[in-house]
Amino acid sequence: MANKIPRVHAREQDAKIRITNFDEVCYGYSADEAILEASRCLNCKNPRCVNDCPVNIDIPEFISQIAKNNFVQAAGIVAQYSSLPAVCGRVCPQETQCEGSCILGIKNEPVAIGKLERFIADWARENNLNFLEKAQSNGKRIAVVGSGPAGLTCAYDLVKIGYDVTIFEALHETGGVLAYGIPEFRLPKKTVVAHEIENLKKTGVKIETNIIIGRTLRVDQLLDEEKFDAVFIGTGAGLPKFMNIKGENLNGVMSANEFLTRANLMKAFDQNYDTPIYAGKKAVVVGGGNVAMDAARTALRLGSEVTVVYRRTEVELPARREEVIHAKEEGINFSMLTNPVEIIENEKGWVKAIRCVRCKLGEPDSSGRRSPVIIPDSEFNIETDVVIMALGTSPNPLIASTTEGLQINKYKCIVVDSEGQTSRKGIFAGGDVATGAATVILAMGAGRKAANAIDKYLNQNK
Amino acid sequence: MYKIETKKNIAENIFCMDVIAPYIAKSALPGQFVIVRTHEQGERIPLTVCDFDKNKGTVTLVIQVLGASSKKICEKNQGEYLSDITGPLGNPSEFIKYSDEQLHSKKILFIAGGLGSAPVYPQVKWLGMHKVKPDVIIGAKNRNMMIFENEMRCFAENVFATTDDGSYGFKGLVTDMLEDLIINQKKKYDEIIAIGPMIMMKFVSLTTKKYNIKTTVSLNSIMVDGTGMCGACRVSIGGETKFTCVDGPEFDGHLVDFDEALRRQTMYKDQEQQANCKCVSNLFN
Repeated sequence: MANKIPRVHAREQDAKIRITNFDEVCYGYSADEAILEASRCLNCKNPRCVNDCPVNIDIPEFISQIAKNNFVQAAGIVAQYSSLPAVCGRVCPQETQCEGSCILGIKNEPVAIGKLERFIADWARENNLNFLEKAQSNGKRIAVVGSGPAGLTCAYDLVKIGYDVTIFEALHETGGVLAYGIPEFRLPKKTVVAHEIENLKKTGVKIETNIIIGRTLRVDQLLDEEKFDAVFIGTGAGLPKFMNIKGENLNGVMSANEFLTRANLMKAFDQNYDTPIYAGKKAVVVGGGNVAMDAARTALRLGSEVTVVYRRTEVELPARREEVIHAKEEGINFSMLTNPVEIIENEKGWVKAIRCVRCKLGEPDSSGRRSPVIIPDSEFNIETDVVIMALGTSPNPLIASTTEGLQINKYKCIVVDSEGQTSRKGIFAGGDVATGAATVILAMGAGRKAANAIDKYLNQNK
Repeated sequence: MYKIETKKNIAENIFCMDVIAPYIAKSALPGQFVIVRTHEQGERIPLTVCDFDKNKGTVTLVIQVLGASSKKICEKNQGEYLSDITGPLGNPSEFIKYSDEQLHSKKILFIAGGLGSAPVYPQVKWLGMHKVKPDVIIGAKNRNMMIFENEMRCFAENVFATTDDGSYGFKGLVTDMLEDLIINQKKKYDEIIAIGPMIMMKFVSLTTKKYNIKTTVSLNSIMVDGTGMCGACRVSIGGETKFTCVDGPEFDGHLVDFDEALRRQTMYKDQEQQANCKCVSNLFN
C-alpha cells in the first residue's frame, strides 16, 4: 500500500556547516525522491488539504501528476492557482494548513505537500518553463501599492485578465517581506524571489521602485492625476513593535525588522556590501514567531551565541515547526516561560544584560492560547550584547493618514469587507495591511480576492 | 537609475548635486529629506534636500565627505547615475501649515551649523517667497567651510556669519552669537529653528531654554529604510519613543534626549571606521 511508505525527508545542509554560511538550509527533493513522496498521496475523493490551502491549489491532482512523472502537467496545475509556488513551498506553515489536514497525518506523517510544491516549482524554473499568461489589454489601469505577496498576486491576477498594472514599491528592491524579511538561508533571493518577479514582469506588469505612496505620491493622486481606475493597497505590516520597557533605546537594542533588513535587503552579511550590522558576541531575541527564528538564526550565522526568550512554552511557539527544529539543530538556546522586564546598560550606554521574569501558563486568553502569568520574585539576568525585539509588526500608517476617508481599525489595519473593498470607492486592500501580520499565503489569498473585486467593480462601472 | 545633472564643489569636501527625480521634486517640501543608494552594494543614506525644481524635475543634494559611503556619492560625477533615490521622507516643517497671519506675526531665527545650512536654506527660501524675512545664523569651522551664505541673504533679513576660528564674521560658536543677539543686540525671537551637528542642536536647545524661546531641531539619526520600518532612528522626545523618519525629523528641541541621540549615532562607529580604512586603502591599491 502506498501509505506504508514513510515520509521522504528532504536533504539538508549539515547544521554544523550551515551555521557558517547563508546558503539555503534545505536542498529539496530530487526527482526520484519527489516521485516516491508523491506516491504516498491517497488522492482523497474529498481532499481536505485543498480546503485548507488559502489559494485552494488542486493538491491531489498536482501530486498525482508528479507521481506519474508528468512534471510539466504538475507545474501547470500549481501555476493555475499560485504565481509564487517556489516561495510558498518554502515559507508556508504547511503543518497548520494543507499538511495539517492530510489524512495520512492522523496515524503517520502527512504527505510533504510543501516540499512537493517547492520541487515542482524549482523544476519548472530550472527547465525554463513559465506558465504565467498575458492577455489582450482592456485599457484599464490599476495601481498596486507594495510588491509583497499580496501585491504580486493581485497584479498577476489582474494582468492575466487584461488590466494594465503598475506596482509601486517604496524600497529599492521588489518583493516586500520576501526581500527584506525572510533570510537567504530560507528563501534564496536571486534564484527564487527575483526569478518569480521577472516572470511576472514578462506578463507586462510594470514595477516602479523607490516610490513611497503617501509621500512621493498620494493614493488620491494615483486616481486623479495619474489616472488609475482603481488602487490596491498591499503595503503589509512593516512597523515594528517594542515592549516599552526600560533600556529599550540603548545601543545594541534593535527591532528584528532592522536587523533582518540590514541582513536581507542590504546584504550586510556579505563583506562586499557597505551596510553595517552588529550581532555582538551574545544576542537575545525576544519573541517566538518566524521573525524571531529568522533573526536568531541570522545572528548565529554572524557569529553570535543566541538565546531566544519566549513567554509561553514550546507548544505555543507561533513559528513554523521546521524553523524551530532547524534553530535547535543549529544550537540556538531557548529560554521558555521567560519575559523581559528591563534592559541593563554598561557604563557606555550599551546593552550589558536583559532582566527577565519567569512565567507559568495560566488560563487560555482570547486567542485560545494559555496566557503567561508572572511568577513573583523570579527575576534574573541574561548577559548579552544585543537584544533583538521580534514582537510582531503593525501596518504603516503612512497611507491611511494621507488618504482621506480611508477607514482604519484600532490596530491601524485598513478596514475591508470580505472581498477587499475599503471604505473608499475604487480603493481596495488586502494582506497584512488589512489583517495585521500574518502569512505570505494569506496575503496572496487576499490579493487574489481583491483582484476579483476590482474586476467586478470596474465592470459595474462601465 | 537617477542622473546627476550637475555637480559642484561648494566648499572643502562639500559637494552639491542636482539629481533628476521628477516625482520627488514635485512633492518635496522644506523640512523633508531623501534616501540615496549610490550603487548596488551601497548603503541607504539619508540626505537633506537643499532645493528642488519642479519644472526641471531635479532635487538638489548637499553632501559632505565624512565616511566611506558619503565619499562614494561624492566620487560620482556629473552625467553619472545614482542607483536609487527615494522620498520625500519625513514631515514638512511646521511653519508651512501656519496661516499668513501667524507667519507675519512671528520673528523666526534659523541657526545653521556646518552642513545644516543645506536643510535650512529651503526653509528660509520658502519663508522669503511668502514675504516673511527671518534672521539666520550660519556657523562654520572657518571661512572656507561656510556654505549658502549668499543664497540665504537673498531671502533673510539678517544673516550672521560665525566661524570657530574667527576667519570670517563673528568669532565663536553659534550659541555665542545667539546670546550676543539676545543680550547685546536686544533681538527678540518667537521661534528658533536649529539644524546642524547633534551636539550643536543640544547646546542651542539648552541656551534657548534659558530664554524660553520655542526651538525646533531637525535630527539626523541612523536610518535604514526611512519609512518607519526599522526603528533604528528611535529617539526619546519628552520621555516617549519616536521614530525620526516618520514622526520627525523636526522635534521640539527642549524635549529631545540629546545625550541618548548622540550615543545612538555611534551605534555602528566601529564598523564605519573599518569601512573608512578599507575605503582609504582602496585608494592606494
